[in-house]
Amino acid sequence: MSELTYTPIDDIPQIVQELRATFLTGLTRPLAYRKEQLKGLHNLIAENEALFKESVYRDLRKPPQELMAGETGAIRQEAIDAIKHLDQWAAPQSVKTTLLNRMNKPHIRKTPLGTVLIIGAWNLPINLLLAPAVGAIAAGNCVILKPSEVSTHTAALLTRLLPKYLDPRSVRIINGAAAETTVLLEQKFDHMFYTGSGNIGKVIMAAAAKQLTPVTLELGGKSPAFVSKDVDIAVAARRLTFGKLFNTGQACIAPDYLIVERGIEQELVKEMKLAIQEFYGASPQTSQSYGRIINKNHFNRLKRLLDTTRGEIVVGGDTQEDDLYIAPTIVLDVKLDDPLMEAEIFGPILPIWVVDTINEGIEYVNRNDQPLALYVYTHNMKLADHILENTRSGGAVINDSLIQFMVTALPFGGTGPSGIGNYHGKRTFDIFSHERATLVKNLGMQKALTISYPPYTEKKTSWLDWLLFDKVKYADNAILKGKL
Amino acid sequence: MTSNVLHFHTDAEIHKAAETARQTFRSGITKPLKYRRHQLEQLWRLIDDNTDLIIEALKKDLHKHKNETVLGELVPAKEEINDALEHLEEWAKDEKVVPALINRVGVTCLKRKEPKGATLIISPWNYPFFLTIGPLVGAIAAGCTAVIKPSEVAPHSANVMTDLFARYLDNSAYIVINGAAQETTKLLEYKWDHIFYTGNGTVAKIIMRAAAQHLTSLTLELGGKSPAVIDEHANMTVAAKRIAFGKSFNAGQTCVAPDYVLITAKAQDKFIKELKKAFEELYSKNPQNSTDYGRIINNRHFHRLSKVLHENKSGEIVIGGQTDEKDLYIAPTVIANVDRDDKLMEDELFGPLLPMIQVADVDDAIEYINSKDEPLALYIFSSNKKFANKVMDSTRSGAILVNDTLMHVAEGNLPFGGTGPSGMGSYHGKKSFDAFSHERSTMVKDLNPVSEAAMSVRYAPYNDTNLKVARLVLESVPRFKKSFVLKHFKWIVFALIFGIGFKRFA
Repeated sequence: MSELTYTPIDDIPQIVQELRATFLTGLTRPLAYRKEQLKGLHNLIAENEALFKESVYRDLRKPPQELMAGETGAIRQEAIDAIKHLDQWAAPQSVKTTLLNRMNKPHIRKTPLGTVLIIGAWNLPINLLLAPAVGAIAAGNCVILKPSEVSTHTAALLTRLLPKYLDPRSVRIINGAAAETTVLLEQKFDHMFYTGSGNIGKVIMAAAAKQLTPVTLELGGKSPAFVSKDVDIAVAARRLTFGKLFNTGQACIAPDYLIVERGIEQELVKEMKLAIQEFYGASPQTSQSYGRIINKNHFNRLKRLLDTTRGEIVVGGDTQEDDLYIAPTIVLDVKLDDPLMEAEIFGPILPIWVVDTINEGIEYVNRNDQPLALYVYTHNMKLADHILENTRSGGAVINDSLIQFMVTALPFGGTGPSGIGNYHGKRTFDIFSHERATLVKNLGMQKALTISYPPYTEKKTSWLDWLLFDKVKYADNAILKGKL
Repeated sequence: MTSNVLHFHTDAEIHKAAETARQTFRSGITKPLKYRRHQLEQLWRLIDDNTDLIIEALKKDLHKHKNETVLGELVPAKEEINDALEHLEEWAKDEKVVPALINRVGVTCLKRKEPKGATLIISPWNYPFFLTIGPLVGAIAAGCTAVIKPSEVAPHSANVMTDLFARYLDNSAYIVINGAAQETTKLLEYKWDHIFYTGNGTVAKIIMRAAAQHLTSLTLELGGKSPAVIDEHANMTVAAKRIAFGKSFNAGQTCVAPDYVLITAKAQDKFIKELKKAFEELYSKNPQNSTDYGRIINNRHFHRLSKVLHENKSGEIVIGGQTDEKDLYIAPTVIANVDRDDKLMEDELFGPLLPMIQVADVDDAIEYINSKDEPLALYIFSSNKKFANKVMDSTRSGAILVNDTLMHVAEGNLPFGGTGPSGMGSYHGKKSFDAFSHERSTMVKDLNPVSEAAMSVRYAPYNDTNLKVARLVLESVPRFKKSFVLKHFKWIVFALIFGIGFKRFA
């Protein structure tokens, strides 16, 4: 077993300083350098699949298919896409402009930010640390990686493998818990990327504020799934079950709770029970495809929810502490003041709130923080549109769960308390870059410019106005004329 | 509390404004494009109908000449409005996204452009109208509501904006609140969906700390010391003229004014001579008598600038240096041979003082620039592409302008913003709309049993076959490991998936 060694606190400022100094040498700017690093990152994953299989199994009892789909496969793909498109992403972007300005060639240069900090999370310990890293490296930055210490084995494995695949002059790993992270947050970074809880997100942003460091915060919330009466219940049930139980419910975009139109809840529960059986057999605890809760803290938190809920546990409910096992559980007829409706569940427990109208559900969602994801299961696209129009969320999926995470062309992130900023694919490159507006004039044609300079005259002003700007005249306000 | 010109709002009024902005947003009235369009047109009329009033206010606040008001504030503001009106539909419509092959079957992927919600806009005193209206255009275009806090340091402008916004815009959606530090602190206690601040780094840190409490996203348009690097082979006459203009515009109180100059000993004397000529051409031998030259905004800033001018331990004043407290006048002033760590080189000057630092060569200049915070703008004066590129590629800054000063601000299609301590986020044109919008990634699938069958590979029970198939479908083989056969095998695999899927689900 690999034990995780925390980085000595006294070493932390120096490591960051080293990377900051490396950045100023220009080492990470050439595209060829970045591509080599990206290939290294790809191979780090590709050549060690078996080792990662073992480490995440130890951390979370994560099944290999979930590891591939949600983590290793995704990272390999991100690296491949970045290598393939880097030239395009990094190329200066010309900007359309007025005739007068065209000879000044206005364009945007993509500049790296400098040295950035990426803090990962334990639930997807590889993806949530390395997907941002792909973009950060592609953008030409130096990177400090801070894996979650809660997923100990994976953090230890990454620490061991990293220097064999990536140039330690520009990418380093720092390990630790609260004390080490506090010191890390005191250092000067050019961007801080954090995935985790809102409470820590606030701490990170407050620390970033001290040096005006921009942040990307990938947080969470209670992602609702609306299920309307008209839905194909069998299909919806499978997709919801898949979404809830992937990674044993420990995913930031898991459907947290269901808002179900009265009349179909019994059928839905029945179909979900069938889906659970199909996926995990009669006894999920013995299935190789079902995972475990990350640690005792979270197990106890979830167990408490099961013990205190006032809803009816209609599926599952059994737990085993020494195995960190919680059965796939469905709780029916949950009321809004139930303990299960307080905070993000982040576990394999699915409360179902039965409503008479969808609008009740919409109102509830709007009274609370904007969630990271919002799901709608319906055949009625007008209803789906109505729900989307009247709610806010990081992302939305109609008739499936979790897949928005897989489409790297769609920016992934929250809004309001579910997060600031977004990433995946090219967007990751963008958030770790500065779009540097650039204009190149020449030192000729000075006479032409005197029109903008003092001494100012009426004539100069009108000429300049005519030359530079459009003339538009809007009609009088139609409202005041009673015409609107 | 109140200044003698501007009425400050009470806590109760501030509370009401925040609540109203939030409720109005929730009501949904700001979402239809028709509404947003109307508010933008009103904003345009506000400026067009009241140009004289605005010119008057700026004259009182900053001794700003009409030309600078029109060209530096009103025309750019109107341009932003026109840009938004012309492109509103385009900016606001759903943006389709084409995903990787596997996800293209039976799925529509798009990004909805949605307003963030109720927002707070805090603007500064130096270009009070443009720097209030610019962000406001973004908020309106995006469908947000906004509470607007103009700077009390330019009270006549704040007054005019308070009055005009109330008359022209929907008062339930766009509300002006006036005050100073106390009132701003109160405003920051509320939960906003975005805060847009233009001003200095010290206050920005306070704002960001407050925003962190609610995890509120931010746009911070700050400043810094924007250097002008001069290639000794460049045309000194033109360079001097452009730098003199950029420095004196608004009496140097511009976030992107060339703050200081980096020049070699060889070129220095010629450059100073040209600068002297340039200032005289612009404002005559006695700028204090020119109606075109501005004044320092208030006593506090006047004293700040006098202090840093007279307490500098190095360098000599080669142009200007005259000050007149009663008139809040400081002449366009150039100080040559300043030490790199002089007091003049600590903070953003934000006034008509131009220090000159001697450098050995371009590498020396680059090293000095990199030893300081990333500036908002970087000016390079050179006709030599290699020289310019070297400076650009070895430094960081919000923006770069080669061979001129200030002009990039007027290019609406370029993002305007800083990096590092000079700011976060950007705006102007579509970027303003983006700053106040959330891109809501959306996927639309059907509940068709056929597609369900096709996808079944992703479900448990997991086994090695499923894994292999799923991998083949999801992964592309990297070019550096490519095998011709593998590339084409994918199509057979698709058929396989359907087969497995039907068997399990149908």
